[in-house]
Amino acid sequence: MNKFELRDVNLFYGDFQALKNINLDIKANKITAFIGPSGCGKSTLLKTLNRMNDLVEGCRINGQILLDGQDIYGDIDVNHLRKNVGMVFQKPNPFPMSIYDNIAYGPRTHGIKKKAILDEIVEKSLRDAALWDETKDRLRKNALALSGGQQQRLCIARALAVEPKVLLMDEPTSALDPISTAKIEELVLELKNDYTIIIVTHNMQQATRISDETVFFLLGELIEANDTETLFSFPREQKTEDYITGRFG
Amino acid sequence: MRKYFDRELEALNTGLVEMGAQIESAIENAVKALETSNADYARKAIELDSKVNSMEKDIESRCLRLLLQQHPVASDLRLISVAMKMITDMERIGDQAADIAEITLRYEEKQFIKELVDIPKMAQAAIKMVHESIDAFVKRDLALAKSVILYDDFVDELFTIIRNDLIELIHADKNNGEQALDLFMITKYLERIADHAVNIAEWVVFSMTGQHKDYE
Repeated sequence: MNKFELRDVNLFYGDFQALKNINLDIKANKITAFIGPSGCGKSTLLKTLNRMNDLVEGCRINGQILLDGQDIYGDIDVNHLRKNVGMVFQKPNPFPMSIYDNIAYGPRTHGIKKKAILDEIVEKSLRDAALWDETKDRLRKNALALSGGQQQRLCIARALAVEPKVLLMDEPTSALDPISTAKIEELVLELKNDYTIIIVTHNMQQATRISDETVFFLLGELIEANDTETLFSFPREQKTEDYITGRFG
Repeated sequence: MRKYFDRELEALNTGLVEMGAQIESAIENAVKALETSNADYARKAIELDSKVNSMEKDIESRCLRLLLQQHPVASDLRLISVAMKMITDMERIGDQAADIAEITLRYEEKQFIKELVDIPKMAQAAIKMVHESIDAFVKRDLALAKSVILYDDFVDELFTIIRNDLIELIHADKNNGEQALDLFMITKYLERIADHAVNIAEWVVFSMTGQHKDYE
């Protein structure tokens, strides 16, 4: 089943066309990796999936992006879209408040006020992000005191707290050490049972380790989308072969 | 941008070609030893086998180092994984050439119970298959690799003919038994050599198409 369906998507920043005629299906409950050299459009495309590009001045988009069959650029509530499509960024960005309040922030903005419910959400989200055991005794401590890896898992927990359907991850481990990276990768593999995950990564080994599908972009074009094992062992396109084997990029 | 890696892959390729040349020479010497009863050829084949064994170890270490250092993907991964499979078959070919040579050492001063016609024919066919499977790898020649795979039927037919001849010789005179068994062992080794050549050819096909018949 497809979670996202992209049809003839073009995106412009002013005169510059950053995405060219993208057609892509993203399967539900799978991990899809976006790869490609810097400036290829992979992060731009990621951001179009929860309309983060709306905030960029001069950004125009045409074509269709369907989430569960509904056009996300049609007549929809953008806040509701962003609740359904959560995002984790390259650098962990916890809010300068307690661990508890970081997680409860989203649910509170969506109208949940009861402490018992919030407690439950905080615990479940931290457990799902494999952070509960490390933080359960210091939920009121400032989140900025956590290590980089813990902060990133906190950001994942914060994204999970509003019960999204999709998790977008923009190079979520590029600022982390190998142990923290391994923890996040394990976590992502666990999460795919309940969420559709799309991850932008520059780390080929990471894409091969955790993703089911891989999509390769170059200069705003989608060059190849394939199951990860095939793409990394027998790519269809010469451009993919040249990039993943390090012949350019 | 990947000069070091490309140099290493080139060296790996060269190593495989050199190992291929050594095993071809080992079989040729073993077969000459059989045809001429000249022990020098047999000793040369045995000597080449130990050289082939050490080449296998060197290539294997190089492959493991490249897997560790380069995390190869796509055609690089296929080349390295195929190299590791090929050297196993090549090493076995070297062993079997030495096994044939060892048997021929027992016949330095003796006459064979029959004129050797089909065994040399089978040996030439096996040598051709080994040569062409390695050639297919070097030239990335898919058609040649596929023709090696098909040619195995010819070797299998010769195997059956020789086997039946040897059974008749034993029936004719039980004193032929010992030598018939030796000749049968030689025939079996040649048949296995041809099978290893088929394996190499199948790995060449895999490296070029991503398809291996055992996984289809």
